[in-house]
Amino acid sequence: MTTIVSPVGSAIARANSDRSGALVGYLPVGFPTLDASIDAAVALVENGVDVLELGLPYSDPVMDGPVIQAATVQALKNGTRLGDAFRAVERIRARVDAPVLLMTYWNPVLQYGVDRFADDLVSAGGAGLITPDLTVDSGADWLVTSDRTGLDRVFLAAPTSTDERLRLAVEHSRGFVYTVSTMGITGARADLDAAARTLVTRLREQGAESLAVGIGISTAEQIAEILGYADGAIVGSALVKALADGGVPAVGRLAATLAGGTAR
Amino acid sequence: MTDTTQTSTTPAAPTPDAAPSLRAEAGPFFGEFGGRFMPESLIAALDELDEAYQLAKLDPEFHRELAELGRTYTGRPSILTEVPRFARHAGGARIILKREDLNHTGSHKINNVLGQALLAKRIGKKRLIAETGAGQHGVATATAAALFGMECVVYMGEVDTERQALNVARMRLLGAEVVPVASGTRTLKDALNEAFRDWVANVESTHYLLGTVAGPHPFPAMVRDFVKVIGEEARQQVIDLTGSLPDAVTACVGGGSNAIGIFHAFLDDPSVKLFGYEAAGLGVDTPQHAATITKGRPGVLHGSRSFMLQDEDGQTLDSHSISAGLDYPGVGPEHAWLSSIGRAQYLPVTDSAAMAAFRLLCTTEGIIPAIESAHALAGTIELGRELGPDATILVNLSGRGDKDVETAGHYFDVLDEQGNART
Ligand SMILES: Cc1ncc(COP(=O)(O)O)c(C=O)c1O
Repeated sequence: MTTIVSPVGSAIARANSDRSGALVGYLPVGFPTLDASIDAAVALVENGVDVLELGLPYSDPVMDGPVIQAATVQALKNGTRLGDAFRAVERIRARVDAPVLLMTYWNPVLQYGVDRFADDLVSAGGAGLITPDLTVDSGADWLVTSDRTGLDRVFLAAPTSTDERLRLAVEHSRGFVYTVSTMGITGARADLDAAARTLVTRLREQGAESLAVGIGISTAEQIAEILGYADGAIVGSALVKALADGGVPAVGRLAATLAGGTAR
Repeated sequence: MTDTTQTSTTPAAPTPDAAPSLRAEAGPFFGEFGGRFMPESLIAALDELDEAYQLAKLDPEFHRELAELGRTYTGRPSILTEVPRFARHAGGARIILKREDLNHTGSHKINNVLGQALLAKRIGKKRLIAETGAGQHGVATATAAALFGMECVVYMGEVDTERQALNVARMRLLGAEVVPVASGTRTLKDALNEAFRDWVANVESTHYLLGTVAGPHPFPAMVRDFVKVIGEEARQQVIDLTGSLPDAVTACVGGGSNAIGIFHAFLDDPSVKLFGYEAAGLGVDTPQHAATITKGRPGVLHGSRSFMLQDEDGQTLDSHSISAGLDYPGVGPEHAWLSSIGRAQYLPVTDSAAMAAFRLLCTTEGIIPAIESAHALAGTIELGRELGPDATILVNLSGRGDKDVETAGHYFDVLDEQGNART
């Protein structure tokens, strides 16, 4: 068995040795335009984001709250196509060095073909996939393909997951385990659930070495708190809102502020 | 595995002439369809539901309670009505309606709702949420919530709250909160998305009472089990009435619950042909239809793999039908499977054919059908003409048309623009 070196796992480990942990930033491809979404992603990295999570807009995003829904609806209205995700990854990777994960609901991958999708993502320089509606037990073909291509695969763990299911997520995730902080969909929240800390403890007991907490995070203070017990913090809706309200400069400024939460 | 000699010398001998039953499928998969493609946050709830359902299935007390509710609340068994004056327009075939329109709340949806509500009570959930298109499932859920003293929230696409305003009022009168869904295409599929989002956030207190045989496991198999009473009754009733099995059984197909409800009891009767009629809207050669099996291809939507309307990138396409209850770009996985193995056939019926059949049943038999069910009637007219006067066709009349009087009134110009009767 050859050991696959995870680009995302390495970036998170590096952030944990240099600072208190990693900042993972989410933005959808094609919002507000394809070019602006690429510029915004680059601005995130230039302002301290360690790992990029690019969302592929999808017609039926059941895990997403109103902010991300509105952005992805607009991206689709703008004519964003699946192939734009690969082009975006390639153009971002040409400008900055951070690893780029695609976050995608499963049907677009299925329709494109799991193998073909993985191969094109590798060619574009992408690091792997986050799959919000594909769990380990439903993802046999993705497990095989990601092992063949060496792509990272990020599965979700939720406060309601049994220990047995947490172990599945830990065993099969590569890069990090996406630790869902709270029962709910994406969107900024004033108070972070205590459930996040408990879940991180439970995941550690199952052997998790790299995990990032997401859903509801919007401030540097929350990030600092989370990095006290987790390896990474994921910010989505807050960045998307900044981009919607103030464009690329605003999302860059917010990233810089959030990155302050990763200082030791 | 050391015992290979024993297993190879004593194979479990299958009876050579016994074909495997098509009625035994219990999910998660129906052939290559079905499964569970859902966020991890919901898996625990789906497992809890599945476990509770498997236990309930084996519990005579659960079946007794459900049957009692069927008898004293829904009005089961629903009757059969033969419709000879209507049948004259259908090649003279013998046409028999299974009258699910006479159920309390006006459609077959109540069967599934009472089953799931009873189950939700067992698990200790205090809040029911549901999606609805035509409003029939929402009304049935609001009804069960009132009956069991539970809180109820119904998600309904904004487009549908407008075209089914009467059902919105009914749900509110029953004490339910109706939430118009403004996201996506503002129809049934978006109402499902919103209900899933609610469930993710409130899974401890809440049961998501999904309204059709779609969604992640265990919904397709469980909902099927709660509606299959329709066909079980009808099969015996038709035999009692005619002395034999029908030649064909027909139903409309949205998500597929009323169709599987009447098909299921006949799956192992190879002489009985099964026909599901999908909404063809303005025509299957236009983009304005909901003919999922006819025009779609396999994909994952709302948690299971089945046929769906989608573009090249796997984005779900908008569907269209004059009937809100059929206006859905997906279909239950068991239907995808029955279609793939050739056991049932799925054919498109346009808005205009459905409305003509709607009118015909009104004027020949004095029965106002739901526009959804009128799709089954329209398909049956064609089928009767093909099969001829010796054929017997059993049709699932899944609902009554009270909710559609406004739509039909405008369509046939008996109501003016303001909704007043023409003078
Ligand atoms: C009367 C009636 N028939 C049929 C349907 C379609 O649903 P299904 O295909 O699940 O039976 C509906 C849905 O609202 C309905 O109200």
